[in-house]
Amino acid sequence: MTADFLLSLAQAITKGLLTGMVYGLMALGLSVIFGVMRVVNFAHGELMVVGMYLAWMGFEYLQVSPMLSLPVIAAVFFVAGYALQRTVISPFIGRPEHQQFLLLLAIAILLVNACLAIAGPDSRGVQLESQFDSYELGPLVFDAVRLHAALTAVVIAALLWLFFTRTRIGKSIRAAADNHMGALVVGLDVRRLYAFTFGVGAACVGAAGALMITIIPVTPFLAAEYTLLAFVIVIVGGLGSMTGALLGGLLIGVSEAVAGLLLQPSLKSMVSFGILILVLLLRPQGLMGKRGQ
Amino acid sequence: MSGGSGARLELAGIGKNFRGLRAVHDVSFSVPAGAIHALIGPNGAGKTTIFNMIAGVYRPDAGTVSLDGRQISGLRPDLVCDAGVGRTFQIVKPFKGLSVLENVTVGALHRRPALGDARAAAADILERLGLHDRRHQAAESLTLPDRKRLEVARALATEPKLLLLDEVMAGLRPTEVDVMVAFLRDLNVRTGLTILLIEHVMRAVMALAAEVVVVSYGEKIAQGTPAEIARNQAVLDVYLGEEEA
Amino acid sequence: MSLLHRLTDGVPLRALWGLGLLLAALLVAPAFLGKYGLSVLILVLYFAYVGQAWNIMMGFAGQLSLGHALYAGLGGYIAAGLFFHYGVGPWLGLFAAVAAAAAAGAVVGYLGFRFSLAGVYFALLTIAFSEFTRIAFDHWGWVGGSGGLFLKVDATADWLNLRGGPVLFYYVILALAVGAFILCRALLESRLGRYWLAIREDAEAAQAVGVPVFRCKMIAVVISAALTAVAGVWNAFYYNNLFPETAFAMGRSIEFTLAPIIGGLGTLFGPIVGAVVLTGLGEIFTDLSELFHISGIKQIFYGLALLIIVMYRPAGVWPWIADRFGFGEKRR
Repeated sequence: MTADFLLSLAQAITKGLLTGMVYGLMALGLSVIFGVMRVVNFAHGELMVVGMYLAWMGFEYLQVSPMLSLPVIAAVFFVAGYALQRTVISPFIGRPEHQQFLLLLAIAILLVNACLAIAGPDSRGVQLESQFDSYELGPLVFDAVRLHAALTAVVIAALLWLFFTRTRIGKSIRAAADNHMGALVVGLDVRRLYAFTFGVGAACVGAAGALMITIIPVTPFLAAEYTLLAFVIVIVGGLGSMTGALLGGLLIGVSEAVAGLLLQPSLKSMVSFGILILVLLLRPQGLMGKRGQ
Repeated sequence: MSGGSGARLELAGIGKNFRGLRAVHDVSFSVPAGAIHALIGPNGAGKTTIFNMIAGVYRPDAGTVSLDGRQISGLRPDLVCDAGVGRTFQIVKPFKGLSVLENVTVGALHRRPALGDARAAAADILERLGLHDRRHQAAESLTLPDRKRLEVARALATEPKLLLLDEVMAGLRPTEVDVMVAFLRDLNVRTGLTILLIEHVMRAVMALAAEVVVVSYGEKIAQGTPAEIARNQAVLDVYLGEEEA
Repeated sequence: MSLLHRLTDGVPLRALWGLGLLLAALLVAPAFLGKYGLSVLILVLYFAYVGQAWNIMMGFAGQLSLGHALYAGLGGYIAAGLFFHYGVGPWLGLFAAVAAAAAAGAVVGYLGFRFSLAGVYFALLTIAFSEFTRIAFDHWGWVGGSGGLFLKVDATADWLNLRGGPVLFYYVILALAVGAFILCRALLESRLGRYWLAIREDAEAAQAVGVPVFRCKMIAVVISAALTAVAGVWNAFYYNNLFPETAFAMGRSIEFTLAPIIGGLGTLFGPIVGAVVLTGLGEIFTDLSELFHISGIKQIFYGLALLIIVMYRPAGVWPWIADRFGFGEKRR
């Protein structure tokens, strides 16, 4: 192995880790929602894409950088998620999985085609001034946008961690995710908790969308891919586990980047699905998940 | 309705741990063919774990379970059923979306592959258990006492030689307990079916069981006739301890 | 009891008459329908057929597969590839296609059921296998890679090679849909079928009454995969082209699940009614969206329709119709 190769491998891993942070934030939303409500959000990638489009619109029409519109998008997503849960999803809690699946599929179709109707099928990206900036650490080069996105994702994850460990409602959500039945028995205000949880989950994915648009341009067709990606990540990390989602994001980010380097870019998701199959079979509770009974 | 005579059940030193916690330890007892025995003990004593080891849900970590001398521990639940063990679940598990008749038919199909025969056998059992009028209702619409009876009917439909009943009297009113007791005694007398029951309703235990096995903290602490058990100091301590707690 | 007797046992006479009339109408339909009408009817029958195949696994045995495109794609690619490369006719290729899909189903089922994956986890395993295969086919030269595999269009009727116009394909898919219906009825009225329903409702209780759960689930996935492969072969020869991007797409898998869920999961008529409803809505929305010039508007209508159906008729359209008009399938 030549030094050149090792360097490009290290470069790919760095890139994968940075993208993986954003993936992790996206998957965190899915994990929180499933952990608390046992509802599989089949519209997760669609929410991500909506977040990306909102950030793009803010940039295109209002000249606001995605980093600045991020808090607004997260807030909008929180409110929308809260309302969506309260009105449409709530009756489906505890229903058979195929009914939840169909409901969220319908929502996914609506979201992605609304994007298509509004923004069209072309890919939309933002041209930031920092687009071509980079930082160097020894021989390694960090893209500025990717680094900013990753650091922001870490900050948001840290804020979430504070929320989940320090606030009353955050602790209740975590308790409900840890022990679903337990929370019901203890008699937490489950309806409000569920709506709040969906809001938080949506805010995560909205924020992740705002970050992702700085890295790659968006098309409506990315949505299904992101839904699958989010699933792969949370299953690999362990459904319901916060650290698991972040770790899974890093792992998948790195595996994609390395597969893109060693094999072909078009084979990168094949590696992710291979990892998913292995994890499902060997450790279905995920890397960080607790063993079920 | 039942496949002739009952079988002898023998538990030899069975034990089970869950993640290092000792759920059942070195429990041995036997139920002679055609006898009715009861398994009692405080909540969490390991009674249902013992049932699950007999029924093949858990493989014992130690010891063996045998039916008429043939080892059945380690077999899958459906093969244990094949060997002649029928069981009910403490938390009832009806096939909710299916009708009462279809629930029992599934059990009857085990020994009668033709759907028509199985359905006729199932209807017969429902008649005896007083569920015939409700046979076309969905199982999920039944009341709890009826669900308990459905559990018994479904287990009987597999034509077992040994019937394991996990708290089928719980939640029944005294008159309903008497009806169930009479049904089980009649079944036992007529067919010689061996029955082992986990039961908290002492009225039923006293009326049915020839012998009682008492477990506490996963170990057998006493065995004897109901009258002996009622006088046994160790048993009294366990139950008094539970009441104080 | 003879097979015919067993199939019709307990079915009211007027229902048999109704079914007979419907079949007669479908048999003569091509004589009265134009090109457009026929193409819509073909679509209905196609979705009814694959819906019934999927329904065996999910509706009867309760195992949620969101990766059925794997079996259709494999089936289509194998039959088309054999025809394209070696001139092997599709009726022969069908055996290879069905065998391969059944084997794939057995692998997915074996892994899923042995490692006791259930619900969403099992569904994700099925998706993963389907996606994995999609990307593999994208890079496999023999099947044309991502550029696709094309069969020569030939409208002269040739039953032996399944080449011909829409009428030929109409009768083939009609025969498949009717055959699947009879098969489903026969399965449901058998010990195996009742065991499936029991597993769907509660696998642990089923096993306690002697149901060999693992074996029954395996049979369900293998039958379902094999039937789906037949649809894949039909589809490949009807459209004359195959792309991994569509043949193994998750969207394709989801398409297969919609008719049974919308129509009524686990019922005999559900997938058929669902296929009529969905295809009908699709055609209406196509016309409707011509009025607007907005991309994605048809899908928005479609999404709204799904949302309304699942919110107000979560158990499906057919049980509701059946209850309302009193000619329902008996509750099982």
